[in-house]
Amino acid sequence: MNPPAPRALIAEDEHLLAAALRQELARAWPELQVAATVGDGLSAVKQALALQPDVLFFDIRMPGQSGLDAAVELADAWPDDRPFPALVFVTAYDQYAVQAFEAQAVDYLLKPVQAARLQKTVQKLQQALINQAQPAINLEATMAQLRHLLAAPGVASPPAVATPGGTPPLTLIQASSGSQIHMVPVADVLYFEAADKYVRVLTASREFLIRTPLKELTAQLDPQVFWQIHRSTLVRASSITTVTRDETGKLHLELAGRAEKLPVSRLYAHLFKAM
Amino acid sequence: MTLRREFNAISKLRHYLQVLAFTLVVATLQYAFMPDKPYGPPVVYSVLIGTFTWAIIDLGRELMPSAAETGWPQGWQGIALVVAGIVIGYLAGTRLADALCVYYFHFYPAGASLSGADQRTSILITAIAGLVGSYYFYAIHKSAYLEDKMAEARMHASEARLKLLETQLEPHMLFNTLANLRVLIGTDPARAQEMLDRMIAYLRATLTASRSTQHPLAHEFERLRDYLELMAVRMGPRLTYTLDLPDALREVPVPPLLLQPLVENAIRHGLEPQVEGGHITVRASTRAAPDGPHLVIEVNDTGVGLPDELPTPGPGQSFGLTQVRERLATLHGAAGTLDLIAASAGGTSASVVFPLKSSTHP
Repeated sequence: MNPPAPRALIAEDEHLLAAALRQELARAWPELQVAATVGDGLSAVKQALALQPDVLFFDIRMPGQSGLDAAVELADAWPDDRPFPALVFVTAYDQYAVQAFEAQAVDYLLKPVQAARLQKTVQKLQQALINQAQPAINLEATMAQLRHLLAAPGVASPPAVATPGGTPPLTLIQASSGSQIHMVPVADVLYFEAADKYVRVLTASREFLIRTPLKELTAQLDPQVFWQIHRSTLVRASSITTVTRDETGKLHLELAGRAEKLPVSRLYAHLFKAM
Repeated sequence: MTLRREFNAISKLRHYLQVLAFTLVVATLQYAFMPDKPYGPPVVYSVLIGTFTWAIIDLGRELMPSAAETGWPQGWQGIALVVAGIVIGYLAGTRLADALCVYYFHFYPAGASLSGADQRTSILITAIAGLVGSYYFYAIHKSAYLEDKMAEARMHASEARLKLLETQLEPHMLFNTLANLRVLIGTDPARAQEMLDRMIAYLRATLTASRSTQHPLAHEFERLRDYLELMAVRMGPRLTYTLDLPDALREVPVPPLLLQPLVENAIRHGLEPQVEGGHITVRASTRAAPDGPHLVIEVNDTGVGLPDELPTPGPGQSFGLTQVRERLATLHGAAGTLDLIAASAGGTSASVVFPLKSSTHP
């Protein structure tokens, strides 16, 4: 019996380009079924989880969230027992992103997509689907790539914002509440958590709200001191007391001085391994 | 960029050689007026006084902090340095020359001293020669400094032009538009042709914008339509727009593509991140003000709105707005303004205001 036909999901906000990619794919890989085409980064994750395709084509710049953020969210929510789809990023012009893709051997397509280039990508994808490794290894490899992409300059954040390592580390958080501004020493902060438009700053006894985006904060904090454990959480590493794995395999942290448990995203689970 | 001059031994040596030649000229002139006296002593005095004066002024100014940028100390410091150079140069040079003339060259017997008249002549010559020499070097420095400054200004101007061009020909926009064109050529050649025409008009306007200084508002709106049409092909139903230009304002001159960065921002930061897209309205109107009617151009969008705090301006960031403000300031001074506010119904409203009069009579 033949294996079931491979299925793809296309996430591209420009409908003409999405239609064109679909057409070109039909020519280059007739067996491939395009299960759905979505126009934003939020539906991309939803549809990928619902349809469980074998191949993803994610545009980088999309409304809702970027293709990269969508891939990260998807990796986190992906079920353990299914192989993670082969991921191909599509971009018109992002010199930084392309450099990062090359460095991480992540597959990508440049718009306008050209037949010869697409043919190469298709061959690679077909090869990957045949030799599909164990799901766990597959997912781990993808997550390592995504971690590197997130850290690469100009990929996760626009290149203009990326400060070239020149800013001194942040030592004081200035949080306003009402007409007051609280000066919170970074040394007292146990963790930062992004919440909607704000970032919560938590010390052992108090909580403050600031408006500086978590991405910007991350760049100003020492990565040895504050670890990213989730898209929305930065934790003081020295305050972590225990890491527990629940029945579904998810990791949770407990901190000295705080009662709540913090979930660890799968992307950052590699940080916690017994010696 | 500040110009910080490095200590340059070659240029110091060149200065010293010029000073030496000058002292020889002074000695020769002195000899020419008093041919009855020997040529030797004036040369010794002149060269030694010149050497000390040069050393104090030319080397001394390297030590003065205010000389860091221009190469010459500012204000009274420069004058003080020249005066000190001449006085000390005269005293030290004369002392050494006295000794040399007596004990080395044996021009005079030991114990001989200059007459009062000779001393006065010598002081006068030193003072005049010192001032002339100092002024000469000062003038050379000043012109070199001004030339550097001009080169710097030229560099800034071309950098700004390049940046303007880069923002207008944003590669992401360009390649996405080309990708769409490529698709349309196969599926809808007529529409592809129309899109190509829009793109040609847009590119032509962009490439000539930095050169011509003003064009009618009607043309500006046509270019905005080109841009919006290109974006509409890409974004499909996610982008709708209204251009509202009263007939009376069609001929008002404006700097070319002044409004383009505002429309681009509305799309890029307002509509593009929003899943459902939105609407852009560009409207021109007049508003009465104490100093005559003002032209008001508003660019409104129904996008995601302004972030609570504008991101810290980094290199390249918010260049569009800075650039619009700079161009307004160049043409209208403080009377030309650009304001960015959160629109009441969500989204962002950017408004450019400037006096109608000063633009019709530049």
